[in-house]
Amino acid sequence: MKRLLSILLIVVMTTVLISGCSGSNANEIKIGVNYELSGQVATYGQSSVEGIELAIEEINKAGGINGKQIKLVKVDNKSEPSEATTVATRLMTQDKVIAVLGPATSGAFKATIPVAIKNKVPVASGSATADDVTVDANGVKEYAFRICFSDSYQGNVMARYALEKLSKTKAVIIADSSSDYAKGLAANFKSTFEAGGGKIVAEEAYIKGDTDFNAIITKIKGMDFDVIFIPGYYEEVGLIIKQARTQGIDVPILGGDGFDSPKLVELAGPEALNNVYFSNHYSSLDESPVVQDFIKAFKEKYNKEPDAFNALGYDLAKFVADGIKRAEKLTGEAVKNALEQTRNFEGVTGTFSVDENHNAEKAIVIIGLKDGQQDTIERFGD
Amino acid sequence: MEQFLQQIINGISLGSIYALIALGYTMVYGIIKLINFAHGDIYMVGAYVGYFCMTFLKLGFLPSLLIAMVFCTLLGVTVEKIAYKPLRDSTRIAVLITAIGASLFIEYGTMFFVKAGVRSYPDMTGLLVKQFRFGDIVLTMQQIIIVITTVLLMILLQFIVKKTKIGKAMRAVSMDKDAARLMGINVDSTISFTFAIGSALAGAAGVLVGIYYNSINPLMGIMPGLKAFVAAVFGGIGIIPGAMIGGYIIGTIEVLVSGYGNSMYRDAVVFAILILILIVRPAGLLGKNTREKV
Repeated sequence: MKRLLSILLIVVMTTVLISGCSGSNANEIKIGVNYELSGQVATYGQSSVEGIELAIEEINKAGGINGKQIKLVKVDNKSEPSEATTVATRLMTQDKVIAVLGPATSGAFKATIPVAIKNKVPVASGSATADDVTVDANGVKEYAFRICFSDSYQGNVMARYALEKLSKTKAVIIADSSSDYAKGLAANFKSTFEAGGGKIVAEEAYIKGDTDFNAIITKIKGMDFDVIFIPGYYEEVGLIIKQARTQGIDVPILGGDGFDSPKLVELAGPEALNNVYFSNHYSSLDESPVVQDFIKAFKEKYNKEPDAFNALGYDLAKFVADGIKRAEKLTGEAVKNALEQTRNFEGVTGTFSVDENHNAEKAIVIIGLKDGQQDTIERFGD
Repeated sequence: MEQFLQQIINGISLGSIYALIALGYTMVYGIIKLINFAHGDIYMVGAYVGYFCMTFLKLGFLPSLLIAMVFCTLLGVTVEKIAYKPLRDSTRIAVLITAIGASLFIEYGTMFFVKAGVRSYPDMTGLLVKQFRFGDIVLTMQQIIIVITTVLLMILLQFIVKKTKIGKAMRAVSMDKDAARLMGINVDSTISFTFAIGSALAGAAGVLVGIYYNSINPLMGIMPGLKAFVAAVFGGIGIIPGAMIGGYIIGTIEVLVSGYGNSMYRDAVVFAILILILIVRPAGLLGKNTREKV
């Protein structure tokens, strides 16, 4: 009986599997969503997908692309580069998607690029900021795109901001040693800061997931410095700022887009977040209608404030949809060509064009915090 | 000097957390020779229960702490009943792998319900945010609460184990399960009770971490779980005072390495200690070298 039942079950499951794969529809455009929905960096993946789903919902409501509705095929890469490659292959060969969005992190995104080139399906990331994502020594990677600025650019800008705008010359760097993102930012901050006449007094490191930074803070407290640079993500940065302010360190604290999350103020507490500046993709203070409409729509759908990953996910989906719309025909190659031609795309995270290295050219926003609220925004950079 | 004292304060607060978690490891190991990898995750669940009590039910620190401890007790006993009890007579490796499975199940089960992102405890007010400054040294009320709660719970635990009937049963089972059964001790309920106490302490640690660091996430139990395991081995696994001492020493070493050495080597040093102990003194600081009976 048990055996019969299990055979029956296998038959049923196989039928479901086969029929599930064959359901393609001419009135549909399939886009793959390959994100970190579980695992170490699930929060970036989940946030990005929220933005993507909002964007696609809006596009579909407005009639889709040339009359066709977009269907998202969502898969979880478990925050692992190897899994990201496997599911990217599945999306491209079995689900026959026209483009793949994600993954969110540079390592996982890079792992999917060879598959993309082989299958001639463009992949695009909203948040893979490592320097060598879309281009390396062998030239530009044909089917890879991203819509965010790179780590080195952010590090340079923040070092110049500290020197030129804040007139600070003695910096302490506290970097997340477990991420390429933080290491890239730290290295570029250091070289630009030192080239501009500044001095790095100390470099400290922590690891993602740490919660106790008292040891590092106690150690730097006795040193002579006038600014702290913390490349890292809000989960740890919030706690570092809180613990630093608790111990009486009140110099300006600078950082990158990893600071941007409503969680930062929850973690650090509003009174600790004064004299804090970070570079970002967008600011909710921006009064342009694109930004304000996005914030409103996001709040309606999810009942919370959007963060940078939400905004980048939203822009990414719109960017790829725009490429598909302009493509001559519905093939991966045509979409890739259309994406290359993107000029002055108006997104929430700024107006940008795609350069010859498949990077987005856009200005950086530097946000100053006062009592945990965004207080000043400055556009800075080239 | 002031810096050194500050680092010691930091180390003792951190060590208290490790000690509380290490106690659960050590007790369970002592009684059924199982390294309960799900233990760090029970600590995580404790942190979440405390979070929900404080954020949604608007309860104070003490009631939240107690509710979290009760919840974790139930969870710990349930895990034991479902995952470990059916394997009581299987090989130790089977149980160990089950423990890893239980750990992953709790981590990702929790992530399914509460989402992966970090959450922060509500703003503490009144007594909980008080600070004491002695020159350059800062002592926060939260640090004091952590140490006091930990010490009180340890005294309570020592009392239970040494002075009560159930404590006597626990010690008997850990010495010889079969002989204990022959003496009329209910071995199963004694093991459950051990899980219950260990889990309650882990739950308490979770809430304390929540108010101290103000940041919780579904995978927060992994690292402290491993460090507490090192602490338990350091003090001599299976020995309750050993776990406390191990917790405080590991916490302090960690802080001193970050403070005076290089913060990059912090975790490496902790795990190097584990390796060293296993080579030099496998029984741990307080353990006696007993030859395994064949």
